[in-house]
Amino acid sequence: MGTPFALTPARLLLLAALILCGVVAPLLAPAYQSQATQLLLFIVFALAWDLVGGQMGYNSFGNVLFVGLGMYVAAIVQVGLFYDVGLYTEAKGGGTEFVFDVNQFLTGLALGLPAAAVASASVAWLLGSLVLSMRGHYFAICTLGLGIAAGQVAAGIPWIGAGSGMLTPNPPAGLGDVGLLLYYLALGLAVACTLTFAWLLSSRFGLALNAIRDDEDKAEAMGLKTHAAKVTAWVIAAAFLGVAGAIYGNLVRFIDPTETAFAGPTIGVWMILMALLGGKGTLLGPIVGAVVFQITKELFWTYLLGWQRVALGLLIVAVAVFFPSGIVGFVRDRLSGRGGDSEESVPAKEKSA
Amino acid sequence: MTAMLELVEITKSFDGIRANDKVSLRVEPGSIVGLIGPNGSGKTTLFNAITGVFPIDSGSIRFKGSEISKLLAGEIARAGIIRTFQQPRVYPHMSVAANMLVSSAIRRASFASLFRRAPPEADEKLSELLDFVGLARRRDLLAGELSFGQQKLLELAMALVNDPELLLLDEPTAGINPVLIASLIDRLKAANRERGLTLLVIEHNMPAIMELAEHIYCLAHGRLLADGPPHTIKRDTKVLDAYLGAA
Repeated sequence: MGTPFALTPARLLLLAALILCGVVAPLLAPAYQSQATQLLLFIVFALAWDLVGGQMGYNSFGNVLFVGLGMYVAAIVQVGLFYDVGLYTEAKGGGTEFVFDVNQFLTGLALGLPAAAVASASVAWLLGSLVLSMRGHYFAICTLGLGIAAGQVAAGIPWIGAGSGMLTPNPPAGLGDVGLLLYYLALGLAVACTLTFAWLLSSRFGLALNAIRDDEDKAEAMGLKTHAAKVTAWVIAAAFLGVAGAIYGNLVRFIDPTETAFAGPTIGVWMILMALLGGKGTLLGPIVGAVVFQITKELFWTYLLGWQRVALGLLIVAVAVFFPSGIVGFVRDRLSGRGGDSEESVPAKEKSA
Repeated sequence: MTAMLELVEITKSFDGIRANDKVSLRVEPGSIVGLIGPNGSGKTTLFNAITGVFPIDSGSIRFKGSEISKLLAGEIARAGIIRTFQQPRVYPHMSVAANMLVSSAIRRASFASLFRRAPPEADEKLSELLDFVGLARRRDLLAGELSFGQQKLLELAMALVNDPELLLLDEPTAGINPVLIASLIDRLKAANRERGLTLLVIEHNMPAIMELAEHIYCLAHGRLLADGPPHTIKRDTKVLDAYLGAA
């Protein structure tokens, strides 16, 4: 039986081609490297949101919690391995005092990214039992509150720079183009995320998440371990969000507690928008949505500066009104002709059954 | 012999209305038991009590000798009691095949096994059951696109593929076409005979339940009115009065 997420040879070939494009892209268009890195991270944000929001039907508005947590934890590890974090943030980083050589910088990243994953996953696991027992609007509001609270908490801790934020380590001059390194890290993460989710969604676990989305009480009455499934999905999503946040922090260099790390009104909303734009509950949807969104956003910021947020708002409205099932959902419905000819293929005799 | 299911004086009230009033019944292993009664007599409430949908006020529910009235719905399902609903409940945005696959022996499945590929024999069993309920050709349709009757049949197939020990069916023949009802009854009897599946069935279709059940309990106004083999229940004046409104 072909599931919509199974990696068929054709899909693997397409994926390989995409990865190859990703690998050579910075060589072909170096001017867009930073935007491309951001795009790859956005893909991870959208996919991770969709695992819980689209596939499982738990619409989280607080995923920035895991993004910001990963961002801070990675930065703390990157700095803390070699310097006192408190002194570093007090001195606003940089300077002549806090210098990282190539070795230190790479070691920091190599340990910081996994630490971000572990931290975000652990917090998701701890919160999971509490938060995931809420449903619908209660879950949405609760996660929204968690995201906002996290920003306020971070803004109140002087050790990590409080409200004035924290800098990630200055890349050493000897390292060459650190942007290229971050690009390939983001590419690796996006590919790992896509493959992991493709595997998860082609297993019975993916079906279990869909069953929870469609009728959780029924799933429970059938003996499905709904709680374990929900927490697992939430933890996996959080781990990817944490690493993506860690890379994002190093990309923008300056971590503001509410504008960068726990940025609910921007990244927090964008990741939902990207999933909806592409088509939630599909593997391809969030990826397509992230690409379309990032290109549109950059165009708005370039050509409509001053009105970029208005244009983005209109885009959100347009998506909700004209593409309720997203781009992928729209195309799929058109291709399958669902709701049109499917009834006619059913013999009249059996219809009365 | 320990009963498969034993209810002792189950009482459940909703805002002062006694939906179940000291109801006791026994379901022996390997038997088919019917539960009848006029609308509002407390049959579905009893199912909800057994499957842990809500806590009972007093009484005892024993499944294979152990008390289950304090267990949660999921724990009761995993112990081996699976039910279907009066209004069919399927996963509407998933395909028919996916509905079956996610239900396949799910109550016994370890959490880790969800991440492994399903064994081929599971797929065979699934196809065979879909074939039986006449949904084999609709396996790629979304379950929400099926008619009421088809959803009922799908839900039954989902319950059977889950391999329960005790299956509670809430009006399995409602909305099913008459030709299929006969084969449905045969199928349930076969599952009972060959696999030892124990059944407790709520039914308004009298010919169907008389044909299916070996023993029938009749409820009225939340109380147990009568019980016995089908032929005596059929002639019981209290039962007839309850149905015709004389009680």
